[in-house]
Amino acid sequence: MDHQEYIVELVLENKPQARDPVGTTIQKDLLAKKGYNMVSNVRSGQYLRINISAANEDEAKEIVDKMCNALRIFNPVTQNLTILKVTQKN
Amino acid sequence: MTIKIAVIQFPGSNCDLDTLHVLNNVISNGIEAELIWHNHFKEAQFDGVVLPGGFSFGDYLRSGIIAAHSPALDEARIMLKDGKPIIGICNGFQILAEAQFLPGALLRNDSLKFICKWVNIKVENNKTAFTSKMNIGDVLAIPIAHGEGRYYTDKLKELEENNQIVFRYSTENGELTEQANPNGSLESIAGVCNLEQNCLGLMPHPERASEPILSPKQTMHGRLFFESMVEFIKRRVS
Repeated sequence: MDHQEYIVELVLENKPQARDPVGTTIQKDLLAKKGYNMVSNVRSGQYLRINISAANEDEAKEIVDKMCNALRIFNPVTQNLTILKVTQKN
Repeated sequence: MTIKIAVIQFPGSNCDLDTLHVLNNVISNGIEAELIWHNHFKEAQFDGVVLPGGFSFGDYLRSGIIAAHSPALDEARIMLKDGKPIIGICNGFQILAEAQFLPGALLRNDSLKFICKWVNIKVENNKTAFTSKMNIGDVLAIPIAHGEGRYYTDKLKELEENNQIVFRYSTENGELTEQANPNGSLESIAGVCNLEQNCLGLMPHPERASEPILSPKQTMHGRLFFESMVEFIKRRVS
């Protein structure tokens, strides 16, 4: 089967019940103080972009999901992992 | 009897030599401590192991996560099962939490600042391999130096029921106040152990609190950790 290169983008962020002082600081100590009162919440995270060779989009996503779980790329005690996007590299 | 202790060096460890000095020159008492590069560690040669503080692998991705996959931790896992004593100090604690030897995780300090100062911790469990020389309720003077030390667990009740909370940040009088909690740790938790109590992780640095000359109060409470370990090993092999 022909393999293609895919780009999987994902974000790791603290679970809602684990405080995120980075997000809180951006919202309370910067945005709210500069008049952006319409912003009610900011959460920070870590962004990863992974280039991967796979048969199709689903497989690329599956491998990334599997390795992130197996190697604890995200810490399931405190973090959630969300795959944002899978695109085929031109 | 010679007690062989391994102090594991990861790329980025920086409290390894302090720990080695305390074990060999301050505690001594039959201890022969050795620095071991993480890829070379063979557990069978040792009675106990220390994962020292520092910034293993540059704290990339998360503090401790890369080191948690080192072959040293596979070896240490055998020791864990055998009931040998394992202590993780600061970054060592982060590694043990990421490797799931210990429950919970260490998150970025609430203040977002790296905090380096002397604090007080209260002893909650003196049955572990590293706390037998302490009494429950004792308050120890000990320094912290970390950016990611905010303890978090989603199994708090379980930890309390199993007596796995070993230290909490407190005032000099042993009161648990918000002000005495330097990093925003859940329930002021400073250190936890595994169910079997032979593995301890804590953010404060006992190796920096083992000689009066280093302490603002001329204390040496840090020695108790290592003296307890020696006692534990002697009892274990006899």
